[in-house]
Amino acid sequence: MFKALFSRLIQSLLVLLVLFTVTFFLVKAMPGNPLNREKAMPEHIRVKLEHYYGLDKPVLAQYGIQLGRYLQGDPGYSIRLEGREVTDIISQAFPVSFQLGVLAMGVAITIGIPAGCLAAARKNGLIDVMAMSIAMFGICLPSFVIGPLLAEFFGRKLQLLPAFGWDAIDPKTWILPAVTLGLAYAAYLSRLTRAGMLETLSQDFVRTAKAKGVPGWKILIRHCLRGGLIPAVAYIGPAFAGIISGSLVIETVFQVPGLGRHFIKSIETLDAPVIMGVTMLYGTLVIVANFLTDLAGIWLNPRLRKSS
Amino acid sequence: MTRRALSLLLPLLCLAPCGAETPVEKANREKILLIGNASDPKSLDPHLVTGVIEHNIIRSLLEGLVSDDAYSDTAYPPGAATSWEHNENYTEWTFHLRPDGKWSDGAPLTSADFIFGYNRLLHPDTLGPYAEMLFFLKNAEKFNRGEITDFSQVGVSAPDDYTLKLTMREPVPFLLGMTRHYTWFPVPRHVILRFGKMTDRFTPWCEPGNFVGNGAFVLKEWKLNDHVDVAKNPLYWDAANVKLNGLRFIPAENYYTETRGFLAGQLHTTYQLPPPLVDKIKEECPQYLHQEPYLATDFIRVNVTRPKLDNPKVRMAMSLAIDRKLLCDNVLQGNIPCGTICPNLGDYKPDQIVSFDPERAKALLAEAGYKDGVGLPRFKLLMSSTGSRGTVEAIQAMWRDTLGINIDLQPKDWGAYVSAQQKLDYDIALAAWTGDYLDPSTFLLMWTKDNGNNNTGWSNPEYERMLSEAAQQADPAQRLAIFKKAERMFIEDQAILPISYRGRNYLHRPEVKGWSPLLLDNHPWHTISLEP
Repeated sequence: MFKALFSRLIQSLLVLLVLFTVTFFLVKAMPGNPLNREKAMPEHIRVKLEHYYGLDKPVLAQYGIQLGRYLQGDPGYSIRLEGREVTDIISQAFPVSFQLGVLAMGVAITIGIPAGCLAAARKNGLIDVMAMSIAMFGICLPSFVIGPLLAEFFGRKLQLLPAFGWDAIDPKTWILPAVTLGLAYAAYLSRLTRAGMLETLSQDFVRTAKAKGVPGWKILIRHCLRGGLIPAVAYIGPAFAGIISGSLVIETVFQVPGLGRHFIKSIETLDAPVIMGVTMLYGTLVIVANFLTDLAGIWLNPRLRKSS
Repeated sequence: MTRRALSLLLPLLCLAPCGAETPVEKANREKILLIGNASDPKSLDPHLVTGVIEHNIIRSLLEGLVSDDAYSDTAYPPGAATSWEHNENYTEWTFHLRPDGKWSDGAPLTSADFIFGYNRLLHPDTLGPYAEMLFFLKNAEKFNRGEITDFSQVGVSAPDDYTLKLTMREPVPFLLGMTRHYTWFPVPRHVILRFGKMTDRFTPWCEPGNFVGNGAFVLKEWKLNDHVDVAKNPLYWDAANVKLNGLRFIPAENYYTETRGFLAGQLHTTYQLPPPLVDKIKEECPQYLHQEPYLATDFIRVNVTRPKLDNPKVRMAMSLAIDRKLLCDNVLQGNIPCGTICPNLGDYKPDQIVSFDPERAKALLAEAGYKDGVGLPRFKLLMSSTGSRGTVEAIQAMWRDTLGINIDLQPKDWGAYVSAQQKLDYDIALAAWTGDYLDPSTFLLMWTKDNGNNNTGWSNPEYERMLSEAAQQADPAQRLAIFKKAERMFIEDQAILPISYRGRNYLHRPEVKGWSPLLLDNHPWHTISLEP
């Protein structure tokens, strides 16, 4: 067990190193200069600033310096937000994205899994058709359409909820962004749950249980749910890593001060330290989420437990 | 089904009881102005930033020698200085600071704080990106370039604690307006030195809790991408007349989100109203709509080093084929068609040199040897990915229909867009320029040969001679007359094709009093009140 864990750790570190290297050179390959401003600064100041930020060094030297900093746990300073430490930016924005992501995933699980179970239980019935139609609608309709519609209706017309803004302690500000973000994930989850449940429901032990006269709901929840959820759980892990690391669309539509806006802004302005910082955080989250997903999969599937 | 739908809505209804106070109503009660401010400030250190977003916040925290006026761009109410005088040719200015001027921590504000600020911004080690705003001071540029190291040679001195003497490198009759820009503001020497050396770029001196200013407000909170809060400064010299208890700057980057927030009662004023929404707002709630002139010009930059575009007749033909009025009426709502680059600035009224003239445009193109566009390549029109697609598509159609010139659109991310222009790696580009102060020089000085903002490849020694002549001219009227001649020369060559003077469309609540149209949009926060 420890050997497997150690091997997994080494693999993860290698993945992070590759991610770091690829991202670094991709950023360097982008056209433009992070010191570009709408109004150009005097050339002598630009030259000195390039020296100050180490942008005048060969790319390989910059790579070495940046990697050395990361190994010491110091991602450096943002170039766009003058003097602001990358860790400071992430520590302010990530909790917001995390909170929004957890709420959105809560919405997705609360809607998606029961809908998928119901659809599977009433296969080809009216409920199944309706649930899957709504799910298809949720998948096809992007959040930049749903978000403004919800904000316009509940925020502007009814004035029930804030049209924008985020307050970590005011639940009213969470509802619209979390619902908008959660709906798309709920749609995927319902389809995956339905597929998993249908597969489980077709197994021999279900037929046996039915023959013994076990009630339908009991078969569904007690006997099938655990196995039927495996595809959904495999999806939730990586999706959760993505959802908590920020959603640009939701953050822009609802003016949420999360990580997604920083990430996009840093790409637009070639703010390499922030791009690297957020990418590495995202990479780490995906690795951790995948690991936890594997653990959950092992717990849900006894055959996997034995093989591991 | 209806019952089920209601039961789903019920929790929402419980969360927001009917008649609940909107954020604006709450802010009215608390006298807090809620302002859309487009994006997060890059910094609040006035020596490290260059933008309007930062200016809006910094001028609530710091005050220059003269203050802004709520109703006029050319009125100069006293600020940190109570009076001032200049010599006959505007090369020496003396400012008398108010003896009761204080920093927000109670320390006295003296002329040394101004000198420290100018020294810090100009010092080569500070690497201030906007140091050139101070280059009007004698020897300032030399000091900034490191050609001289003794700051006492720069044209700024303090005969005593409450007198500041500025010696300029040339006559600067518009200095008062310039000193309202944050690069001319004082900074708290005693606080900056507490956190490090004068030239240290990044110290926590401008963080909430540390920031000490001489403005009407003090920094209270800065949450990245969320808001910047400032609260009334009880030690401000005119605190008794400051009617607001605070301001909240909200960096709403998406103007549609901002508009929705305004209409939902979450903002007193927006930064911008998207042009496609202007007609809808005019119809539904015209009382909120403000359309005002702004000190900026939209134009098309031409790379005159490119074959075919190096022919002034081709450029002029392209310019004459743009129907600017049609563009402003249908796409750039609130903008005013223009035939030159510099807007009207009080005594300076430039000639409108080009206007829509399709027949002359066709004739000129034929004269240049490209009748109906035959022989011209497909030019690429560079634009930023956030630029106005409607504008470029309309111009694309005008050139195709009138002149037979075909162009392709070339949208790029902001960094790549700026970089391509700086490297002259483009044909033609959609661009704009915002003035920093009310003088034609802010629009004309950039078209000299080595200026980093020129980016056209165009230069003309005669134009530069005229600008130098204007710079040495002590008589303001004569000076403006020379600028006018220089501007005509520049525009007749069409290194840029003017499109429109920028208008600012935004939403604004009527309960905000003491707010009127200003070219620079510098509404003095300390004179504004909320009267529901």
